[in-house]
Amino acid sequence: MSGRLETTFQRLRDKREKALIAYLMAGDPGLAETEQLVVALEQAGADIIELGVPFSDPIADGPVIQQAAERALKSGTSLRKILDSVKSLRQRTEIPIVLMLYYNSIHAMGYEKFCRAAKAAGVDGLIVPDMPPDEAGPLKGPADAAGLPLIFLLAPTSTPSRRRLVAEESHGFVYYVSLTGITGAKLSNVTDIQQNVQKLKKVSASPVAVGFGVATPEDAAQVSKMADGVIVGSAIVKRIASHQQDPGMVGHVAEFVRSLKTAMGEAVR
Amino acid sequence: MPILPDSHGRFGPYGGRYVPETLMPALLELEEEYAKAKKDRRFQADLAYYLKQYVGRPTSLYRADRLTRKFGGAKIYLKREDLCHTGAHKINNAIGQVLLAMRMNKRRIIAETGAGQHGVATATAAAMFGLDCEVYMGTEDMQRQALNVFRMRLLGAKVTGVDAGSRTLKDAISEAMRDWTTNVRTTHYILGSVLGAHPYPMMIRDFQAIIGKEARKQILAAEGKLPDYLVACVGGGSNSIGLFHAFLGDRKVKMVGVEAGGSGILSGKHAARFSGGKPGVLQGTMTYLLQDENGQINLTHSVSAGLDYAAVGPEHSLYHDQGRIDYTYATDTEALAAFDLLAREEGIVPALESAHAIAQVIKLAPKLKKSQVIIANLSGRGDKDVQQVARMRGVEL
Repeated sequence: MSGRLETTFQRLRDKREKALIAYLMAGDPGLAETEQLVVALEQAGADIIELGVPFSDPIADGPVIQQAAERALKSGTSLRKILDSVKSLRQRTEIPIVLMLYYNSIHAMGYEKFCRAAKAAGVDGLIVPDMPPDEAGPLKGPADAAGLPLIFLLAPTSTPSRRRLVAEESHGFVYYVSLTGITGAKLSNVTDIQQNVQKLKKVSASPVAVGFGVATPEDAAQVSKMADGVIVGSAIVKRIASHQQDPGMVGHVAEFVRSLKTAMGEAVR
Repeated sequence: MPILPDSHGRFGPYGGRYVPETLMPALLELEEEYAKAKKDRRFQADLAYYLKQYVGRPTSLYRADRLTRKFGGAKIYLKREDLCHTGAHKINNAIGQVLLAMRMNKRRIIAETGAGQHGVATATAAAMFGLDCEVYMGTEDMQRQALNVFRMRLLGAKVTGVDAGSRTLKDAISEAMRDWTTNVRTTHYILGSVLGAHPYPMMIRDFQAIIGKEARKQILAAEGKLPDYLVACVGGGSNSIGLFHAFLGDRKVKMVGVEAGGSGILSGKHAARFSGGKPGVLQGTMTYLLQDENGQINLTHSVSAGLDYAAVGPEHSLYHDQGRIDYTYATDTEALAAFDLLAREEGIVPALESAHAIAQVIKLAPKLKKSQVIIANLSGRGDKDVQQVARMRGVEL
């Protein structure tokens, strides 16, 4: 079965392009805006959307995403409503959508019920930042049954044996965390990233995308030379936050995403 | 009894390691180093030395005669963890983990704190060994426990306020985990209770189990028999598991864990996880949590900052399900009454956390026979709470 993720990475490979993965906090400032943003970012050059599900205690996230989660929860966002939004988006777009959500959000709904509902809504993969492969057992069966790939993260601190474990268990793509830290920190030591991504690509059958700390078109350009995909989160969310009351918010964010994709295109040419 | 946790850090269905990948190598290293240290006679000798000469162990098991007479029921003993250096049981764990950090060549220590007792204990141990120390504390708790904030700073620690969420213990833990994720190569995170990802709940239980080992010997010497009841307050659950652990195999010894009932369960303003919660994952572990139907963590309330937390140690969740330990709660009002009573009847001002255990003793003792024995864990002293209680009563100090 070839899903939207696989098709997208294949299409980009054929065009010698790298995937731009844009992160949005679902429900920030509201789900209607999130839906508009998904469509606009696709037109601006985003290849995959990573949709954050707000959680009250996001231990892997820095202040920017944390505050976005607080705004989203305040606007009444829940996992069920997010799945409804994805379903309605599927009438307008085929862009791959992966959910980034904390373990307890899935646990509270129930593994099987969640996986079936997510797949039915049109979700293409799951990133659970507080679930290393070691704890994936209970979710793996239902996710496999529903045809939902689990995307795992690999960190600069990971040992060779963990690199193999993550590469083996991860489907859709592998999420390489560029730095020892939380989301929204500053990108550092590009040489380290390059070496680690190369080691990872040797053992991974899936594409490798790099995230955490990619904030500018220059960052995106640099990272796109080493990996199959570039994930930009906090830098996008920050722009949404600073234009909350601005009717031109969606256009402004789309413009930023376009500048990222343009820089990535020039870098690999 | 099976040895818990299993090799995956599981206490039955609870526990585990739900953390970002960045921390996994550090947790595995910690687990390995702790296993080595446990078998290392030199490490055990060092730990024993500091617990005796620096902390002042063994702490006494005091027979509270006036309290016993007042209720006319069971004989009441208090395990005096309040007599430990720094005023609470938290130092038992802090010393153990600082010794471990030094084995791992980590010279920077971070910790979270609720009531401030763990923060003070960690700052103390770090000062004694000359390590850098940063303590995260919710800004709401900093206000409630201003005295401990000042103490930590006196001890050379940096105290960083956390202004997110409920501004209490839960948010301090999240912030400490973020710091650890960022600085994991140079830093050891000294978690203060039997919470978080494996190996923390196991390791901290082991460091606190000395409470029960001592109490078991002491009560056998004093009474020639085991106690009928053990009572302790349960926030994360380190002082309670510390007292209970040595008695778990003694089927006749009943155990009661006392959670924070806050303004009452119906009010929704409490921290009684076993009365109002259900299993889920928070901050690295699967355990009972106070959460809504979408899995968002509820705000908690307790007069006592040390019990004001939405999750409970995973080992407690297992004993709850098995019925080995009974869990009940005491409200703010009951705890404050117990605080006063212990001060007047026994000349001991208990920590507000420990006052929850005393509140349960007040309910339990009159129902028991004179031949029966209760041991309550007096996990900390109340000096840190005097200001807060005065403020609540409109007294200006």
